[in-house]
Amino acid sequence: MNNSTFLCVDKRDARLAMAHMYVAFAALAIGGLMGLLQVFVRSGRFELPANIGYYQVLTVHGVMLGLVLTTFFILGFQAAAVSRTSGTFTAKQRLASWIGFWIMLLGTVMSATMILLNEATVLYTFYAPLQAHWIFYLGLTFIVVGSWFVIFAQLAKYAQWRKENKGEMSPLLTYMVVANSLMWFVATLGVAAEVLLQLLPWSLGFIERVDVAITRTLFWYFGHALVYFWLLPAYMAWYVVIPKVIGGKIFSDSLARLSFILFLLFSIPVGIHHQLTEPGITEFWKFVQVILTFMVIIPSLMTAFSMFATFELRGRELGGKGLFGWLHKLPWGDARFVVPFIGMAAFIPAGAGGIINASYQMNQVIHNTIWVTGHFHLTVATTVLLTFFGIAYWLIPHLTGRILTPQMNKLAIIQAFTWTFGMTIMSGAMHWVGLLGAPRRSSYSTYGDAEQALEWIPYQIAQAVGGTILFLGIILVLIIFVNLCWFAPKGDEEFPVGAIDKDAEKTPKILENWKVWITVLVALILVAYTVPIMDIINGGPLGSKGFKFW
Amino acid sequence: MHLHRYEKWWLTFGIGSLVLFLVIVGISAFHQGHQPPSSVKTINYEQVDKVAPFNEPGLKKVEGKDWDYELVVVASAFMYMPTEVEIPVGSTVKIIATTKDVVHGYGVAGTNINMMLEPGYVSEYVTTMDKTGEYLVVCNEYCGTGHHTMKMMYKVVDVNE
Repeated sequence: MNNSTFLCVDKRDARLAMAHMYVAFAALAIGGLMGLLQVFVRSGRFELPANIGYYQVLTVHGVMLGLVLTTFFILGFQAAAVSRTSGTFTAKQRLASWIGFWIMLLGTVMSATMILLNEATVLYTFYAPLQAHWIFYLGLTFIVVGSWFVIFAQLAKYAQWRKENKGEMSPLLTYMVVANSLMWFVATLGVAAEVLLQLLPWSLGFIERVDVAITRTLFWYFGHALVYFWLLPAYMAWYVVIPKVIGGKIFSDSLARLSFILFLLFSIPVGIHHQLTEPGITEFWKFVQVILTFMVIIPSLMTAFSMFATFELRGRELGGKGLFGWLHKLPWGDARFVVPFIGMAAFIPAGAGGIINASYQMNQVIHNTIWVTGHFHLTVATTVLLTFFGIAYWLIPHLTGRILTPQMNKLAIIQAFTWTFGMTIMSGAMHWVGLLGAPRRSSYSTYGDAEQALEWIPYQIAQAVGGTILFLGIILVLIIFVNLCWFAPKGDEEFPVGAIDKDAEKTPKILENWKVWITVLVALILVAYTVPIMDIINGGPLGSKGFKFW
Repeated sequence: MHLHRYEKWWLTFGIGSLVLFLVIVGISAFHQGHQPPSSVKTINYEQVDKVAPFNEPGLKKVEGKDWDYELVVVASAFMYMPTEVEIPVGSTVKIIATTKDVVHGYGVAGTNINMMLEPGYVSEYVTTMDKTGEYLVVCNEYCGTGHHTMKMMYKVVDVNE
């Protein structure tokens, strides 16, 4: 098996992956602190000192956690995963990765500086016609362009592996990295077009006006794929790593690959479901994209089945009996399993909430209410993040040549339960008060002592309680991170990569035929987007000048 | 590709539910008319105050239409015009709104009225106010420093009392 050929990530690749991890966890610390400030302010019991604005803090929170933490962690994890399963990078591939890393870091510093100077208080979605400083937009461009260097190196490694192993199916983990990277590339073309053709020249004064509806449509062409870009690395760990951690086998290689292909196809032609209450797009095209959005339920159901099949097969192998007896046999004391498992469990309510959000007219009930914030704190900030933490607990020591000690393992489990507890309170309160109409992305306000707004305040205090517990959770994970980087005992921590179940069927060749899938992807994008975009261009109003209302 | 027997059942049930769900959503939308606000009318956002109906924001009784009133709203940082309206309970209202500057939200707490207001576009939604009470309208799309102070009030009243 190719899986066992490269047991250890090459030291040089480990340094590369670790560079990403340092940035990711630094972003977690900063972004997490900003989150704490926000929930305090919105409780109405606390004011920010020194003229710091709520929306400035909110922008830092979103950029650091939504863009920096995720992108750096994912690209670092992918680099390690490719190196582990397809062999070490060539000198050129590694150099390209490093160049990409430094460009991303430079971009992060540029954007962060502008936010701190209060020149870019536009939130992480930077909707026009609020106009940030051009250096903010250029910094974002650098983050995207840098990420292209990193993923191109990973794609090049994959191509090299295919050439050297003609006729063989590629290692599953590398294959998943390829699917996620291709999705990222195609999706970021949209936001790159928005920034390079519209926002950057507009903020520099080269063009006077931009079409707001186009900027938003390009943003969401990217924006929904962005959330799958966060989710798929978690799926990689679920499909490939977790089976090995619990001592079982991967249920089916072909189903794993098929679900990644379906995610790739239905990640991009769906962005308009974020724009359901907007003018300028007709009902028909909104509905088409709603249907395409819901197709992603199919790979989600496949994933749920595969996961629990793996768990049950392993539990029964260990002697678990009865309908649910096998559950007891799973390694409930192992953080590498328990932490991502909680993430999986959180995906059940998170996914159900997502279905509500995308449900066409039902979207009006929750659109831009804090329900949505509650929703993505379950998806990205629980399902994805806890899985990332679960990855970090073996990946970091693997890369630094240390081990996860029993004490740290215990602390990691405590961390996950702290997180679950805090998030249940915070996200629960957000969901509930969102249904009552409380808006997201808003500072504390009684709206002139309006009766309805006063009813929201107890929920906002609950959010502050939950948010404080979550911040304790961030402190715990940072303690573990620092320990694993510099203080844990030296040793060999395994990078777990599962093997395929011996009864699994041979994987069909077509799943590795990227020409077919990219063609289908492009076709779906053209079907879903050509008419709506042409409508906006042809029927569009006078464009907008920039505004700076902060 | 081979699928496990249980997985076939699982996916058949799952995809079946999905199709049923989409059919229900589709019938609700295209047969019963429950559509999200999707107007494609445009306007010069710099001339909003000079163009009808936005030159006279407020609630107006109309005749011979599918709705009883038209509520014309102009949003700008950080206020709505008008700031308050009284609507007779049970009446059907067409809300016609736009913005003079950046993107604003228009969410009426306790109702299903929720739409985006974007520069250059007119947003419209028809609804019936069938319960008396005060309904707070909030801007639910970040628009700047005063975003959380941007509000309007609906007073749905029983005129016979």
